[in-house]
Amino acid sequence: MSDNHNSAGGVPTTGHVWDDDLADFVNQPPKWWMLGLTASALWVVIYFIMYPAIPLATNGTFFKGIGLPGTGQWTAIKELAEDQKVLDDVRRPFEDKLKTMTPAAILADEELSKYVERSGKVLFSDNCGGCHGQNGVGTEQVGAKFAVREQGLMAPRLNDDDWLYGGKIDDIHATITGGRQGMMTAHKDTLSAQQIDDVSKYVLALSEGRGDSEAAGKKVFMESDCTACHGADAKGIQAMGSANLTDRVWRFDGSIEGIKQTITYGVNSGDANARAAIMPNFTASGKLSAVDMKKLAVYVYKFGGGQKDEAAAPVAAVEAAPAPEAAPAPEAK
Amino acid sequence: MSEPVKEVGSVTGIYSEHEEWSVNLGDKTIHAKRMPGRFRTLKYITESFWLIFFFGAYLRWNGKQALLLDVNNRQFHIFNLTILPQDIWMVSLLLLLLAMTLFAVTSVASRVFCGFFCFQTAWVDLFTWIEEKIEGNPNKRHKLDAAPWNADKILRKVSKHLIWLAIAVFTGISFTIWFEDAFVYWHDLMNFKLSMLEMTTLTAFTLGTYFLAGFMREQACLWLCPYARIQAVMADSQTILPAYDVARGEPRGKLRSGGKVVEQQGDCIDCFQCVQVCPTGVDIRDGQQLGCITCGLCLDACDSVMDKIGKPRGLIRYASLDELEGRPVKKLYQHPRTWVYVVIILLSLGGIIYGLTHLGSMKLSVEPERQPLFVRMSDGSIQNKYTFKVLNKTDKDLYVKVSAEGGVKGQLIVDADKTQLVHHGKAAGFTVFVKAPAENVMGEVTKMQFRVENVENPTMAAEYNSVFRGPKR
Repeated sequence: MSDNHNSAGGVPTTGHVWDDDLADFVNQPPKWWMLGLTASALWVVIYFIMYPAIPLATNGTFFKGIGLPGTGQWTAIKELAEDQKVLDDVRRPFEDKLKTMTPAAILADEELSKYVERSGKVLFSDNCGGCHGQNGVGTEQVGAKFAVREQGLMAPRLNDDDWLYGGKIDDIHATITGGRQGMMTAHKDTLSAQQIDDVSKYVLALSEGRGDSEAAGKKVFMESDCTACHGADAKGIQAMGSANLTDRVWRFDGSIEGIKQTITYGVNSGDANARAAIMPNFTASGKLSAVDMKKLAVYVYKFGGGQKDEAAAPVAAVEAAPAPEAAPAPEAK
Repeated sequence: MSEPVKEVGSVTGIYSEHEEWSVNLGDKTIHAKRMPGRFRTLKYITESFWLIFFFGAYLRWNGKQALLLDVNNRQFHIFNLTILPQDIWMVSLLLLLLAMTLFAVTSVASRVFCGFFCFQTAWVDLFTWIEEKIEGNPNKRHKLDAAPWNADKILRKVSKHLIWLAIAVFTGISFTIWFEDAFVYWHDLMNFKLSMLEMTTLTAFTLGTYFLAGFMREQACLWLCPYARIQAVMADSQTILPAYDVARGEPRGKLRSGGKVVEQQGDCIDCFQCVQVCPTGVDIRDGQQLGCITCGLCLDACDSVMDKIGKPRGLIRYASLDELEGRPVKKLYQHPRTWVYVVIILLSLGGIIYGLTHLGSMKLSVEPERQPLFVRMSDGSIQNKYTFKVLNKTDKDLYVKVSAEGGVKGQLIVDADKTQLVHHGKAAGFTVFVKAPAENVMGEVTKMQFRVENVENPTMAAEYNSVFRGPKR
C-alpha cells in the first residue's frame, strides 16, 4: 500500500494512483446521503406494491382497508374518468340547457351559441368534415371514378350563403336530422346534343348575369322540363332542393363541360355517369344524438352563411338591447 | 489505471495553504460580537426596509388589497393600476432596472445590498439578535454550545428555536399574502382550509427561513449565493469598500503592558475586534475577499479601539484601492462603467414610465380565418371571416362596436351595429364577417384596420391592422 500519512485530516487513500500523483481519499459519503439512499431503496418496494405493479392489488381486495389514499385502487382508466368528469362538470350546465332548447333559441342565446361554436368543432370534424371539408370549405372529389373536373365538390360548401334547402337555422337542422337526397333526371335521351350545348351556355351565362345573351339556350330552358324544378326565373325551389342557377355558387363543376355533364347524366338519376349527392339521415343512422344535431345546426349556421329568420322573435330581442346586468359567462373552453 | 505507487508525492501539497484560508467552511459556528456604532445604526435602519415585506400586503385601496400579485388570475394590482399579462414586458424592464441599480451601486460603493439590505443579512441579524437576548454574548454562547445538556441549556435552546420558528412561519405567511388577499388567507389559515399550494409555499418558506437564517447564515453568502460571486467582477480599483489601511496599520503588534503602543509599530494593535464583530468571520486586514459583505461593522469596531488608544479613526475605512495604494483618486463622474449602468437605468425607467402611462384600457387582436381565406357568396361578393379578441383592461364591463378603415371599396361589416359584451379584466372572443363586391377586390391582399370602441365612450378604443383577402386577379 501507499503512503497514507498525509496532513489532510489523516484520511487514508485507496492506494490507487494515476498520473503519478492522483489518488482517491477513502471518505464515507455523508450520513444524510446514505440515509436518503436507503430510504429510496425501501420506497421502491412500497411503491411497487402500492402502484400497483403486481396484479394482486388491481382487484382492490388485497389492499383493501389500508386506508392510504389511492392504495391499490388506482388505475389509469379511473384517473381518466376523473379527469373527464372535471370536463363534464364544466359542460353539464350548458349541455342540460341544450337538451330542451330549439336550435333557434340556442342561436339567439349569446352564451350558448358561443359554447356551441367552440364545442361543435370536434363534432363537425368527425361527422361532417369528411364530405363538407374542415370549416365547411367543401372537398374536391378525387378518385378513380371521378376526376376533379367531373364532380366538382363532393358536398356543398357550408360557409357561403347559397343553400339548396334553405339557410335558416331550422332548415339546416332539418337537413341534418332528416338527410337530403336531391334528384335531377338525365337528359341524354330527352335533349339533343345541340340543345344540351345551348342550355349549358345559357345556364353559365345566367350565373354571370347575362342570361338574355343566350337566346337559343333560353328557349330550350323554357320549353323543356327545366322550369318544372328550377322555376321560370331559374332561381330554384328550396322545397325540392333544386339549385338556384342565377347565383355565382356552383354545387357541382361550374365549367361549361361540367354543366354539360350535369345536364346530360343528371344527379342521383340512376345513370352510371350521374353525379352523386346524398346527405345521410343522421337520425336514422343513430350516429348523432339530438343535442349533437342541434349543436351542428348552430355551428354550421355560424360559418357565415346562415340566414336570419325574420319571424323569430328572440333573435331580434337580443340584438335590440344587450342587458347590462347579464351574468358573467363561465369559462367554456 | 496504474499500479499503486509507494510515493504519492505532492498530493497533499495543495493543503499547505489551508492554514491561511480564513473563510469558515461551516465547521464552526460564528458568534459575532455586537458593537454600537455608525454602521450598526445604519444597518438597523436599512434592515427595517423589510417591514414593508411583513406589513405592506395589508394595505387596502378602494376596498381591495393595494398591492396584490394575483398570479392565479394572471394580474398584478398596484393601487389603481392593473397589470395584465400583455404588459409583462414592463416587469422585465423592472427586473433590468433593479439589476442595473444593483450593479451601479456595487461599482460605486461595493456590496451595499449584501451588507445592508439583503434578506439573508437582515434575517440572520434578527435571528442572532434573538440568540444574544436568550443565550448571552458570544463568549457565553460558545460556552453554552460546549456545555453538557442541562435544564438551563434546554430551556434556552428550545425557547430560541421556538421564536426562530415563529418568525419563520410569519415570514412564510407574509410572503404568501402578496399573492392573494391577505385577510382571506389568514381566515383560511385559522380554519385549516389552506390549499395544497398554499400549504407547500408556507412550509417551504418557513423551513427555508429557519434553516438559512438559523443554521446556514454566512455559509449561504459564501457557497449558495450567486450574486456574491458576481460582485467581484463589478468592483474595481475605483470602488470604495471597507478596507484596512495597510500602510498605516503595519507592522501590527500588541500593546505593551500599560497600554502604550510600541515604537516603530503600525497603528494596528492586533486586537482582533474587527474579526470578532464580523458576521461572516473574515479578517478584513487580509484585504477585500469573497467573504466580506461590506457591512461596515468592522469599521465601528476599529474606530472604537482607535478612540481608546488615542489614534485617529479610519484605520479601517471606506476607501478605494487607488487611494490605499497612493494612486490619484478619480472623481465619481470619471467612472465610465457607472455611467453605462446609469444610462441603462434611465432607459428602463423611461420604458416603465411610458408603459404605465400608456397602459390603455382596451386591446384588440384580429385573426383572419385561414381556412378558407375567403368565401364567394351567391351574389358573387367576397366574404372574409375574422376572429376578434378584445381585452378589457378596465374594472367595468364594456360593450364594444366594430368598425373598419381602409380595405375594399364598398365593403360591409355584417351586423356592424351589433354590440359585444367584454367583461372587465377578461378577453372576449367573437366572430366578424366582412363582405365586399368582387369587382372592387383588387388583389389577393388588401390592407385594412379594424377598430373597436366603447359604445358609451367612443374615445376608448383599440385598433388592429389586418387584411381583406380575395381571389387572384
